[in-house]
Amino acid sequence: MNEILLHIIIALVVLIGAMSVSASLIWLERRLLGVWQDRYGPNRVGPFGLFQVMADMIKIFFKEDWIPPFADKPVFVLAPAIIVAATLIPYAVIPFSPGIVVANLNIGLLFFLAMASLSVYGIVLGGWSSRSKYPLLGSLRATAQLLSYEVFMGLSLMGVVMMAGSFSLEAIVEAQRGLWFCIPQFAGFVIFFIAGLAETHRLPFDLPEAESELISGFHTEYSGLKFGMFFVGEYLGVTFTSLMIATLFFGGWQGPLLPPIVWLPGKTLVFICLFILIRAALPRPRYDQLMSFAWKILLPLSLLNLLATAGVLLILRK
Amino acid sequence: MVTIHIDGLPYEVEEGQNLLQACLSRGLNLPYFCWHPALGSVGACRQCAVKRFKSEKDERGEIIMACMTPAEAGVRISIDDPEVAAFRKSVIEWLMLNHPHDCPVCDEGGECHLQDMTVMTGHAYRENRFKKRTYPNQYLGAFLNHEMNRCIQCYRCVRYYHDYAGAGDLNVFASRDHVYFGRGRAGRLESGFSGNLVEICPTGVFTDKTLGRHYTRKWDLQTAPSVCVHCALGCNTIPGSRYGELRRVRNRYNHEVNGYFLCDRGRYGYEFVNCDRRIRAPLVRTSRGVEQVLVSTEDALKSAAAMLSERRKVIGIGSPRASLESNFALLRLVGPKNFHAGISDKELEVLNLIRDVLCLGAARTPTLSETAEAGAVFVLGEDVSNSAPLLALNLRQLPRRKAEIAMAKVKIPPWNDAPIQRIAEFEKGSLYIASPCATGLDEVASKSFHGDISELARLGFAVASVLDPANAPGVEGLTEKEKIRAGEIASALGGAARPLIVSGAGCASLALIEAAANICTALGKIGGQPQIFFALPEANSLGLALLGAAGGLETACSALRSGRADTVVVIENDLFRRCAEEKAIALFDSAKYLVAIDHLINPTTSKADLVLPAAAFAEASGTLVNNEGRAQRFYRVLVPEFEVKESWRWIRDIMRFLGRSEAEKWHRLDDLSVAMAALNPLFAGLVSVAPDADFRLAGGKIPRQAPRYSGRTAMRAHIDVFEQPPPDDPDTPLTFSMEGDPRQPPPSLIPRYWAPGWNSVQALNKFQQEIGGPLRGKDPGVRLIEPIPQARTEYFRDVPASAPKAEGEMSLIPLHHIFGSEELSALSPGVAELCPQPYVALNPEDASFLGLFEGALAKVGVEGLTCCLSVRIVPSLPRAVAGLPVGLRGAPVFELPASGTVVREATDE
Amino acid sequence: MLSILRTLWGVFLHMFRSRETIQYPEQNILDPPRFRGRIILSLDPDGQERCVACYLCSAACPVDCIALQAAQDVNGRRYPEFFRINFSRCILCGFCEEACPTYAIQLTNDFEFSEYDRNNMVYEKEDLLISGPGKHPDYNFFRVAGVAVGVKGKGESENELPPVDVRSLLP
Repeated sequence: MNEILLHIIIALVVLIGAMSVSASLIWLERRLLGVWQDRYGPNRVGPFGLFQVMADMIKIFFKEDWIPPFADKPVFVLAPAIIVAATLIPYAVIPFSPGIVVANLNIGLLFFLAMASLSVYGIVLGGWSSRSKYPLLGSLRATAQLLSYEVFMGLSLMGVVMMAGSFSLEAIVEAQRGLWFCIPQFAGFVIFFIAGLAETHRLPFDLPEAESELISGFHTEYSGLKFGMFFVGEYLGVTFTSLMIATLFFGGWQGPLLPPIVWLPGKTLVFICLFILIRAALPRPRYDQLMSFAWKILLPLSLLNLLATAGVLLILRK
Repeated sequence: MVTIHIDGLPYEVEEGQNLLQACLSRGLNLPYFCWHPALGSVGACRQCAVKRFKSEKDERGEIIMACMTPAEAGVRISIDDPEVAAFRKSVIEWLMLNHPHDCPVCDEGGECHLQDMTVMTGHAYRENRFKKRTYPNQYLGAFLNHEMNRCIQCYRCVRYYHDYAGAGDLNVFASRDHVYFGRGRAGRLESGFSGNLVEICPTGVFTDKTLGRHYTRKWDLQTAPSVCVHCALGCNTIPGSRYGELRRVRNRYNHEVNGYFLCDRGRYGYEFVNCDRRIRAPLVRTSRGVEQVLVSTEDALKSAAAMLSERRKVIGIGSPRASLESNFALLRLVGPKNFHAGISDKELEVLNLIRDVLCLGAARTPTLSETAEAGAVFVLGEDVSNSAPLLALNLRQLPRRKAEIAMAKVKIPPWNDAPIQRIAEFEKGSLYIASPCATGLDEVASKSFHGDISELARLGFAVASVLDPANAPGVEGLTEKEKIRAGEIASALGGAARPLIVSGAGCASLALIEAAANICTALGKIGGQPQIFFALPEANSLGLALLGAAGGLETACSALRSGRADTVVVIENDLFRRCAEEKAIALFDSAKYLVAIDHLINPTTSKADLVLPAAAFAEASGTLVNNEGRAQRFYRVLVPEFEVKESWRWIRDIMRFLGRSEAEKWHRLDDLSVAMAALNPLFAGLVSVAPDADFRLAGGKIPRQAPRYSGRTAMRAHIDVFEQPPPDDPDTPLTFSMEGDPRQPPPSLIPRYWAPGWNSVQALNKFQQEIGGPLRGKDPGVRLIEPIPQARTEYFRDVPASAPKAEGEMSLIPLHHIFGSEELSALSPGVAELCPQPYVALNPEDASFLGLFEGALAKVGVEGLTCCLSVRIVPSLPRAVAGLPVGLRGAPVFELPASGTVVREATDE
Repeated sequence: MLSILRTLWGVFLHMFRSRETIQYPEQNILDPPRFRGRIILSLDPDGQERCVACYLCSAACPVDCIALQAAQDVNGRRYPEFFRINFSRCILCGFCEEACPTYAIQLTNDFEFSEYDRNNMVYEKEDLLISGPGKHPDYNFFRVAGVAVGVKGKGESENELPPVDVRSLLP
């Protein structure tokens, strides 16, 4: 009984935590972009503009929740929900500290990959059901981009799996007790990081919503709360990708001195900031550059990494 | 067609044109000033220079004036040659030396030919450092503003006003670079066609004074094709509106009707639409003797339904100034037997006779533009300069035609203006005029003769009998002089190709029309190709006659008196102008209810128990039938405020209220055209008058506003900052918006003349098939009456006798005025200024016999009605004939012609 | 790849730079001379309205937010009967100022004219007129134009000869 209650509490804490962290990322991102662009960012609402998130939330709640008359209504409503759900569910497999995990699946990594693929549906359906040219173009781009990058996102992780000898995230974290995987699996880390950027379609890989050509891409026709869900979905993705990087390559909750429950969020925050720094610094590539980068560089690289890891492991294990 | 080469490319052009016309016809841009398609070329401005090459090998070429060189087979010219382009640029630079820095305050700005041509040649900076020449201005009357500084000395104004319109009071003065265009002394321009100077002048010397009072640039005017409502010729116009007000009227080219010009009545008569006498909301009088009160549309329709319910015996009185659709709707409301024309029985009889003569085909009626081509013209009893002004302008060109034919023999083309004008100036046209008194055309007529109406009719009959002595009825008791006169006219008509007989309803005399018809019959019998043209009083007179009325006002009156009817519906008609006041009052008093649908407060609407606000021509769409039987569509230019709508819509709503199923089908204008065409074979052509409301140009409606229309988000902002969608217009393929395809619409839907680089009216060049020819597509309008092959061969045999008058008896004849005789235009301030005061015209001998002099008061009596009028001495009036002006405000209404008395008013001294 | 890292590093270093932002309500903004703010109508050096109601500003306006109506005084001088700018539509592009041939319409440095009610953003002529010439203080259109309109006699403008004596035939 107590165990079940504990699990429910952990699940609720993770859910609320993930949601509120993602929401406050809106503020963090704007402030950080300001910092790196020699300006302030939101600094009017509350101390340091902290209540900006609340203000934005209130605004978005009270916006007219408009569905275009030409849209396919049920799908149009469903799409943002799919995105949020598909990005929230994999939080379940993350071990926040020893014993604190919603579901310690022994195929945790596979579960994450599967869920990441599901979020494509949200974007495709959102763009498609809008029945409008820019969303359609945006969602087509997103589909191709996400499918391509998923391939070697998975492949880049296989090195980690081989070294840990398990798909369970808890086991992977345990396996890094001596050396964080970012050292032996540096190539895997870089590829995963880039693929993570593309999967969350963050700048510079935000071609599905490239505002200079596609207005706002797949969510052009969305407004109000539904638009808010796309927005939160994106930040949930950013947080989650950062969590995964920290877990898979930087030893998860492990670290000296401080308790594990501080280490993982701390590492995650660094990667979130890195995501934002990249947004602040790098321009958006052309779509064909994005695709050829994926298939001509990252895919061979991840295969090579896989081969090398396997070879080294074989030699070492002998 | 011949082939000429322009800049190395071959073009098929009409032979006999000049090169400028040829270039413009083929859509090429070549600047010009002094040339005008109606005035010909004089080669004065040196602007249309092109380079001509002797052969393919010739590279030097020579600079020539395109307007002075005929387009012959194999001519090779260049427009783009750098040398000739530089030449044109420097010419315009010279023309601009003295042009003032006025464009922002110049009314021509934005539609200025000089601006267009300056931009076209590329002259941009004034390098001349010397001072500019200036001129004093003149006051030119209520219509035109004079600003001589802007003049570029192209001479077009004088060539139009003096040579073309034949008026002597505008001329060119002084010498060298002091040349001045104006009047000998300041004063109003006397011609009735002075307004065309605004469009003739390539820059802003002559601008529209009435527009200047509420000035709006061309790009800001909401425009739509329309038809002039001030006489029966049906000239095509483009009215322009802004802020819900009508701002001006411009000419709309229709090759078959008005061509390039309008008369001042048509151009300046528009202001009645804005006048404060407009009715804007329904008015109801609960019982006789109390004031009318404003009511809502709903209540108005309710009381209309109560007044016109099935129990009542309703008669309708239509109007010759209401559209065909409105008259037809009334006819359907009351039934054909109860539909009365809104004119006296006698006038209706005349109209019906004219209709029969046209339909049964004594001769074909020419289009207005064809009248200028007639070989010989006989005007019988009509003062066309006042009742059909543009016809007079056309007939004025007869001497010129004669000169053109003469000069063609020495191979001088018709567009070469100088030699032809030199001859035409002293030439008389093959024009014979028989009218009650002198008309404006007498000076170009070979012979003119003035007499009483019966004398004129007898002369007409006599001409017919000279032409066909065997069959035509002879005239008894002609004097020797009259016989010679008849013989002379007969031989002129008989010997001419396409002789034209002009008559009309101006004298309201059946005999005159019969005489005119007889001459045509006789000409037809001797193998000629006669044409007959009737001047009619109002915009839809012939439409009303074609619709068929049970009778005129007297018939309506007797129906009411006898109790056959008790309720009257009057549309767009002031009956107090149609019959004597007592008669009109009696008519209304014998009706239980009077429903009036009109746009102006007038004695009739003041008497009415229910007044419904009708839309004036600029606020309504509809069809008018002009004097040649041409049905033409006019479109609403502005959306009326408040409850104002078309008369037919009011009638339709009443019919729907009464549960009449017929009206359920009348959703839009086209539905009425279809209904009319189905009920009356004469109206079969109505459905093809103009494209129907579903017509779309590239999927969209045709915009009434220019692409540069301004103030869209600010003009209503003081009322409400939130913008409204443009008003709906179910009746027409035009929209009250600036959005639409920029391509040229079909001719009957052209809302304005504009082409890239051509902002002035001269953009018209781009809309014509050939310069001066028909519009691309077909000229607007459909002729409902075409002659039947078995032309009437029966002669009218009712020759009036020459009845000696009793002692003291005068024959009173109607006199028409271009300004004043027409009801609506006289309400416009500019026109009102020119309306004469009521008078009685007398021959000097009669006057001195009666002891009267110019300005004295005379008592005129007809059939028991008397009134006092001041005397005007008209030397050309025959003896024992007194002229009374028609339709002037404040003048008593007599039924003319009549015989009556004129005596000296006893004064106190 | 290296350039990307260098960029990242370069951007990261901006963290330690000072801020460009001007904290507007607390700090005053700079006053650039060609700032395009609230539109005004100016008077000519004689103290009369400069606007001659030529409609060029309304034609140039890309959002069609200027509406006016020309009127004439007894001398024939043109002036706007009403002149309305809907500032809730205005994009302060300055095309009207560019188009104005008389320097009547000018954009000023003032931008503090927000309203809670859009209807209050509609300015009429009375709201737009200022009591001086603004920019180009010496220009008077009617001293250059050829029309007289009570400002001067015919031929008394700059660069004009006295009016021609039409009745003279002397060479």
